Amino acid sequence: MNEILRVEGLSKTFKLSRKQQQIERTDRKEIVAVDNLSFTANKGEIFGLLGPNGAGKTTTLRMLATLIAPDKGDAFIDGCSIVSQPEQVRAKIGFLTSELKLEDFFTPNYLFDFFSQLYGIDPEVVAKRKAKLFERFGIDKFAEVKVANLSTGMKQKTSLVISLVHDPEFVIFDEPTNGLDVLTARTVTDYLQELRDEGKTIILSTHIFSLVERLCDRVGVIIDGRMTACGTLEEVCNGMTMEDRFFEMYKEVKGGEE
Amino acid sequence: MKSNTLTIIKKEFARFFGDRQMLFTTVLLPGILIYLIYSFMGMGMKKMVTDGANELVTLCVENLPVSVAPIVDDIPATMTSQQIVSQEDIEKLEDKNLNVVLVRFPEAFDEKVAIYDPQSGMAAPNVEIYYNSANNASSRVYHMLEASLSAYENQLSNRFDINRADNVEAHFDMASQDDVLGSILSKLIPMLILMMLFSGVMAIAPSAIAGEKERGTIATLLVTPLRRNELALGKVVSLSGIALMSGISSFIGIALSLPKMIQADAEGMTLNYTFNDYLVILLIILATVLIMASAVSLLSALAKDVKNAGTMITPFMLVVVLCGLMPMFQSSTPENLTAYLIPFYNAVQVMTAVFAHEMKWMPVIVTLAANVVYTGVAVWGLTRMFNSEKVMFSK
Repeated sequence: MNEILRVEGLSKTFKLSRKQQQIERTDRKEIVAVDNLSFTANKGEIFGLLGPNGAGKTTTLRMLATLIAPDKGDAFIDGCSIVSQPEQVRAKIGFLTSELKLEDFFTPNYLFDFFSQLYGIDPEVVAKRKAKLFERFGIDKFAEVKVANLSTGMKQKTSLVISLVHDPEFVIFDEPTNGLDVLTARTVTDYLQELRDEGKTIILSTHIFSLVERLCDRVGVIIDGRMTACGTLEEVCNGMTMEDRFFEMYKEVKGGEE
Repeated sequence: MKSNTLTIIKKEFARFFGDRQMLFTTVLLPGILIYLIYSFMGMGMKKMVTDGANELVTLCVENLPVSVAPIVDDIPATMTSQQIVSQEDIEKLEDKNLNVVLVRFPEAFDEKVAIYDPQSGMAAPNVEIYYNSANNASSRVYHMLEASLSAYENQLSNRFDINRADNVEAHFDMASQDDVLGSILSKLIPMLILMMLFSGVMAIAPSAIAGEKERGTIATLLVTPLRRNELALGKVVSLSGIALMSGISSFIGIALSLPKMIQADAEGMTLNYTFNDYLVILLIILATVLIMASAVSLLSALAKDVKNAGTMITPFMLVVVLCGLMPMFQSSTPENLTAYLIPFYNAVQVMTAVFAHEMKWMPVIVTLAANVVYTGVAVWGLTRMFNSEKVMFSK
């Protein structure tokens, strides 16, 4: 297997403001979001990061996307360090999260061209890629409609397409089906499988067990910022369902508290 | 019903008093702003009076009457000389750099006043006071003398006149039309330009930076290979361009309406500025809008959302307004070139000098260079902010 992602001892701590301390009802001045996380992903596989809310999945993905810097450790995507070569990393990855929004004022057509330009893609390639992706997701009918006037599902599809304008080999999806209706969610998950079939590597975070079982080749379970288990589904699940195995691990880590 | 009204009132108060930012901008800030602006205006007026009072004015008086001598002696910071006031002396007063006031009393003024009968229908003895309103010191002494003589005239039941124009050509303010218009424009236009540019920047910058943070669209840009300095420079230049267009539109509006506003046509005044003057104004506007857009962008980047940006920009706006008010409270632009290193203040001073027909190149060059350097520093700062996860993603 060709390794495309190597995560080495990634850690991230956030300082808590007084307001956040009140919300969290804690006296702690900081919170460890990710604690010494290490794992690898191989070319052409879907790697799932599974964990409850606040486990550190999103923080990990944001570090991989170079939106935030790790306090300790490093990760290498196709040989490029997220710490010392963030611009090269950004050129290699596609990143989609519900936190990333598109300007309401513009149309999918304009945005596709705009982001393609930022990636320095040849206009002819852009035109072909746009036609293919817009048709695949049914955006072609809405290509000249402002994002503000698109349905939630169409907005999400447009975001997905925009994150792939440069045809990246490595794609990061943070909770890709969050807030989507079942039809759009299915379109997205089907496309993730298509991407894998094309040899792309996909890292996705989720808390949906069925999604992991249906899509992922390998899975890492994160609880309290630490990697509790990592491997193929068979290795991690150990003959149990993903859901049962997760709660078993959760109890082990939390000492029975749920 | 009553209790529900009370419940709504309580909820609205809880919402208002629970939001410290809203409380500050709605309740505290107006008071603070009014206090600061009025205090500054007071200080400016005091300084103007003090500065003017210290400038020595030569008061040349022809036929100084014994009765008026104490009044003339009471005018502060003047050096009185008794002499014949010739037509040549009067014409020299057209030079606005001369701190001179000329006064012509009729011969045997006291005697003529004593025998004059206001009911006779004859012309009263006339005191002629020549001055230049474009020269602050000359103007100050004229007004003091005119006020004192008017009071004396009232005491004598109007037995003499002051500056009575016996024919249409008679005029006592020797300032040229250019100087008068320049003096008005130099006090008004720099502030108007500054305010128009600021409104243009305010209309777009908070939304383009803080708004993008608030809407989550900036993060979409930050995951692309786009360099942060490209993003910062792109933002500042585009915002400046838009603000400049808005500012130029306002400027054209001002330029077209001003002659009508000051009734220049009726007074026979025309705008008499050279190509260099217009070029300097354009360059100064350009440099000012760049630094303005950079500064507002920096503050917007620090803000969590557009509303927060508005609060953060308000004190900055106050500084800009105060800079714009400066020409109203000063008698001349600063000679010291280091004063032209102060952003916004420098632009106002250069524009004031241009409109007053007193433009010198060194202050213009220092102002342009300083503003370009400050813009560079601000773009660097904005780049750092786009790189800072604490600034970009703090909630």
